[in-house]
Amino acid sequence: MTLERRKFDTLVIGAGGGGLRASLQLSSADANVAVVSKVFPTRSHTVAAQGGINAALANVLPDNWHWHMYDTIKGSDYLGDQDAIEYMCRSASHLVYELEHAGVPFSRLDNGKIYQRPFGGQSQNFGGDQAARTCAAADRTGHAILHSLYQQNIRAKTHFFDEYFAIDLIKDQEGFILGALVLNIETGEPLLLEAKTTLLATGGAGQLFRTNTNAHINTGDGLGMALRAGIPLQDMEFFQFHPTGIAGKGMLITEGARGEGGYLVNKDGERFMERYAPHAKDLASRDVVSRAIATEVREGRGCGENGDYVLLKLDHLGQEVLKKRLPGISDTIKTFLHIDPAMEPVPVFPTAHYTMGGIPTNRHGQVVVPVETGEEEIPGLYAAGECACVSVHGANRLGGNSLLDIVVFGRAAGNDIIKFLKENRYHRPLDQDSVDKAMARLHRWDAKGEGETVAGLRAEMQATMEKYCGVFRTEEVLAEGVEKIIKLEQRMKDVRLQDHGRIFNTARIEALELENLMDLALATVVSAQARKESRGAHSRMDYPKRDDVQWLKHSLFFKEDRRLDYKPVTLKPISVDSFPPKERVY
Amino acid sequence: MKFRIYRYDPESGRQPYIQDFELQEVTPGMMLRDALLKLKEQDETLTFRHSCGEGVCGSDAMNINGTNGLACITPLKSLKQPVEIRPVPGMPVIRDLVIDMSQFYHHYRAVKPYLIVHDPEPEVEYLQTPQQREKLDGLYECILCGCCSTSCPSFWWNPDKFRGPAALLQAYRFLADSRDQAMGQRLEELEGPYRLFRCHTIMNCVDVCPKGLNPTRAINNIKKLMVKDMV
Repeated sequence: MTLERRKFDTLVIGAGGGGLRASLQLSSADANVAVVSKVFPTRSHTVAAQGGINAALANVLPDNWHWHMYDTIKGSDYLGDQDAIEYMCRSASHLVYELEHAGVPFSRLDNGKIYQRPFGGQSQNFGGDQAARTCAAADRTGHAILHSLYQQNIRAKTHFFDEYFAIDLIKDQEGFILGALVLNIETGEPLLLEAKTTLLATGGAGQLFRTNTNAHINTGDGLGMALRAGIPLQDMEFFQFHPTGIAGKGMLITEGARGEGGYLVNKDGERFMERYAPHAKDLASRDVVSRAIATEVREGRGCGENGDYVLLKLDHLGQEVLKKRLPGISDTIKTFLHIDPAMEPVPVFPTAHYTMGGIPTNRHGQVVVPVETGEEEIPGLYAAGECACVSVHGANRLGGNSLLDIVVFGRAAGNDIIKFLKENRYHRPLDQDSVDKAMARLHRWDAKGEGETVAGLRAEMQATMEKYCGVFRTEEVLAEGVEKIIKLEQRMKDVRLQDHGRIFNTARIEALELENLMDLALATVVSAQARKESRGAHSRMDYPKRDDVQWLKHSLFFKEDRRLDYKPVTLKPISVDSFPPKERVY
Repeated sequence: MKFRIYRYDPESGRQPYIQDFELQEVTPGMMLRDALLKLKEQDETLTFRHSCGEGVCGSDAMNINGTNGLACITPLKSLKQPVEIRPVPGMPVIRDLVIDMSQFYHHYRAVKPYLIVHDPEPEVEYLQTPQQREKLDGLYECILCGCCSTSCPSFWWNPDKFRGPAALLQAYRFLADSRDQAMGQRLEELEGPYRLFRCHTIMNCVDVCPKGLNPTRAINNIKKLMVKDMV
């Protein structure tokens, strides 16, 4: 049978906020865009973002983008690239207004302006008083933004391929990306989508860890595709653990809960964050709060029978605030814990949440790889959002910056693609070798017989990552983790599917997802073992200090030979003075 | 715990049937989705959609003991045994619990679910008072799971013509938005005997909505606006 082929100017893989913001930019510019998503767009994980999106609108307290820039750089533990951070923070206000114009139902202040709440790591005047920078639609901001962006794409007549799974990028001998081979999940038929440019916007890989706040679909598919195309992944050792996942279960309780006045206590009822962050307290950066919680538990001050969590107190906020500002998490707490947050405190523990690392890009969304001197773009390939590493989050992302990241760099990528399309008017000839390779990846799963199961191997991998690559790390534990993940990866070849149906075969999709995850587990644990310092979310008990002399650099992990390389952090912003690294206290 | 699950594999040539499953290990607090994932480990061919696991993405709508709901926020202990699980009714089945939602999405797109503004945009946000914004509560939270429309007899009879509760809730979400400037056009497009007026206030939609929304009220509000628009 011949492979069906379709041609577009641009292929966007992933229909979360990043993909949809890019496709909106492109459709509005009359480019011919195909958006491929393995789920219906509004089921993408952007929908689960709660607390809000940062922009220095100054609707509540004095603010400006430069303070936001400082906070983001400090939050990143100085690993963020300052040019990209300046670009993001400068664009923020404009882009939030744009979202509002697009219909996002932001909560409002009495004067009719967008409601903003305090969030972690925010300050006025470069480290002064707490700022209120996070624009919110109650605690359903991601839902509100994703739905509005999808709706705008309906208006703009974007072409959607819903429930198609991307198998691999197609690449020619000269290194141009020519589109991707995708699988129609409903029919089980492969489809070749040729495009002059391809944008990866596939989100993060929270499914690397057993307990996580992420959706089942967050399997880092774009990162896996990039690795197989020979592209390295940047800073994969930096994985964010959100301080307040529901203990043992993982559902996210927004940082906005603390922004609205909630706070953490240990078994003695002590408000322990005062010890770890005397100034910012419960609104310190996420890495700081997560480490504090983990330390309380390690030192025997955890709550409950096993002393394995702390409590988030919200009952003093009152029904009105919970109903108006935090209705979503109030529901979640009632559904999963059968308690009323207006009456009882909530058991929480740091939970795997966000992939700071990803596909290396510049601030235009172009994927970049190292060459002999400096780096160069992969022609025709872009990445944006959680799957990308620009890097605006560095070693630790600030709450409220992920929704901002996706709209800023989704749009930036869209704009650069428009430019690329003007200079590259024709589709390049197809590279059959590359197509054959992608098809082989798909057909590998036709192998029949007895073997390991996807679910079994995935569970082992997730448990291993949790145990050997968690909040606190040491050489010994990481070395063991690397060894274990390598062994798990080798067992992939023995996995067999029992379901060989073509139509809506979710078992096959999960197998393809596990291949991606397995590569990312390796990238994460290998990068973590190599980095012998503590910075942001990467906390080495054997190297407790940040080491700017040796480690103020980005890691790059290559699939081939599991090789690591490094590249410098961009300390020079676009137009303002650099913020040189200094000691980080909250 | 015992389950009876609707199975259909179009490739098998076999008619749909009900398969019995049993789950040995039931843990406290387990949701129906967790159970289905365990059952899928027993039989990999068992097929259903799911993703976020916390009732926000709207993927795992199914008919559970006769009522539509989301598997991920349905506690097992709330369910009578054997738990009978079927695809949500009234839509073509693709495989097992996976239905073809094309028609549902078509109606959603048809109500122009986006803000329409004719005036030039300000350089900052449109102003909207908290009271104006409150009118969107109970509307914007819809997750498009389809529980409501697929429990609506009027939608079953006229799936091609009646917009259904989910799409109409969205229609009202934009009618109720103080920023929108297309009320006349929106109301006009809902006229006729079918698109809106096939709603006979049966209110199944209200009973099943996993987000506690009230499409019937939204539909009535649209009818009121139409009356107001006429006089």
